[in-house]
Amino acid sequence: MNPAPSVILFSTLSGLGFGFLAFLAAGLVPVHGFHAFALWFVGYALAVGGLLFSTLHLGNPQRFLRAFSQWRSSWLSREAWAAVLTLLLLAPMALSDWLGFDWPRLWGIGTALMCLCTVFTTSMIYAQLKTIPRWNHWTTPALYLCFALTGGAVLAGQGWFAVACLLGLAAALLAHWHFGDRRFAEVGATIGSATGLGPIGAVKVFEHPHTGQNYLMREMIHVIGRKHARKLRVISMLLAVVMPGLLLVLAPKGPAFLLAAALIHLAGAMTQRWLFFAEAEHVVGLYYGQR
Amino acid sequence: MTTLPQSTTTKLGLVIDMDTCVGCQACVTACKGWNDQGYGAPLSDQDPYGANPSGTFLNRVHSYQITPEDAAPIIVNLPRSCLHCEDAPCVTVCPTGASYKRAEDGIVLVNEDACIGCGLCAWACPYGAREMDADAGVMKKCTLCVDRIYNENLPEIDREPACVRACPTGARHFGDFADPDSKVSLLSAERGGIALMPELGTRPVNLYLPPRPKDMMTASPLAPLLDIRASGFAGWLDKILGKIG
Repeated sequence: MNPAPSVILFSTLSGLGFGFLAFLAAGLVPVHGFHAFALWFVGYALAVGGLLFSTLHLGNPQRFLRAFSQWRSSWLSREAWAAVLTLLLLAPMALSDWLGFDWPRLWGIGTALMCLCTVFTTSMIYAQLKTIPRWNHWTTPALYLCFALTGGAVLAGQGWFAVACLLGLAAALLAHWHFGDRRFAEVGATIGSATGLGPIGAVKVFEHPHTGQNYLMREMIHVIGRKHARKLRVISMLLAVVMPGLLLVLAPKGPAFLLAAALIHLAGAMTQRWLFFAEAEHVVGLYYGQR
Repeated sequence: MTTLPQSTTTKLGLVIDMDTCVGCQACVTACKGWNDQGYGAPLSDQDPYGANPSGTFLNRVHSYQITPEDAAPIIVNLPRSCLHCEDAPCVTVCPTGASYKRAEDGIVLVNEDACIGCGLCAWACPYGAREMDADAGVMKKCTLCVDRIYNENLPEIDREPACVRACPTGARHFGDFADPDSKVSLLSAERGGIALMPELGTRPVNLYLPPRPKDMMTASPLAPLLDIRASGFAGWLDKILGKIG
């Protein structure tokens, strides 16, 4: 799949934003006054900014309101609802922290869970697609949720809990790669089944329908990304897990180190998300003899 | 809603005969021609006469080489377009309701005025049947020429999809799969119509007829000509030289 920058920025920034907002809403970061305002602002900016990036991906973004209409069948529509509702319901908690209203934290804990639900709906947009076997697996929601929780925990300075999240993320990454590498064969789509000609004999592409590129090839056949998949896996593991982990454990406590750990983690998340797309093979590639 | 109809009483679709298709691209041209001027945004091209031409098409003809274990390789052409699936994943993923399957005849369509151009339906389709139009920013797909098949302004002979009408070898057939006595139902029953990529659970309406088994020649028809016996002087020379050697 084509790793479009708008979609990578959308899913990483909004994931980190909702993860961070979940920790703020649950009251795990003891803040008040201007400090609270600044942290809540960062959370909202990441989440809303990410959502705005997603509109860059649209052919007709001016009609975005229509995307709220099909929540009964479409995960993308559910994601739109979940994101907007969560951001609205978080607002009282943000006001309470900023202005010191001391409203009940139970509301915050409920909305923190909604933050995770929002990330889950984002992940299901990808995990529902049978046509992309690597994504069509439980490791996809697990990975998105782990990224949101880990990013949030690191940015919210959750100490040993953040380290535990980093370990969970490492496990989710390894599981996603382990199962992902076997998924295409598991689904069983081949050039033989795609053309229906498999029972006759060995099928291979004789000629493409067109000599140039088309939308399908640009969007769904991305061969270059997989060339360096192994190296990129190592780089994303180092940036997203190992380096922030070392910083949290070894470096002295302080906001500067937290910010550095969070930024390095975010770079790792973006590298991994790029690979998440670039590595994913769509079954339509079978018609072109390319995956 | 972008939920699918429970069932449709009519299932309009195509049977495409891979045995008779010669890969002439007439259906591609006819489709592009008709859909440039009728339903929805015209199928646009980018840089059509330049170095890197690209464009939106609803039908594309692939060619494959198949090598059976015990016979000579064959070339088969496969026109690929929307299969108007009964369990169309492109419909249920749509966030806006632009993508829908008609309850009355099973045709899968896009309401372009409601399409935000997110491209998710194209990702959900295993067959590459949907292409985003780069000019209009909306998703284009085969309409089964819904603006021809019911069009009473056209002579009756033209009330079928443009690709079917244009096919010079009669490789494309249009009809109702819900009617067991329709031409398409009988053809696919007789010839063993194939559903593409059945493992993805889309239950396509369109079916493909596999190439018929080819004749097997036991020996080359030129074999008798290979047994050449020299006569006259050449024959005498052949005999003498054979004895020396």
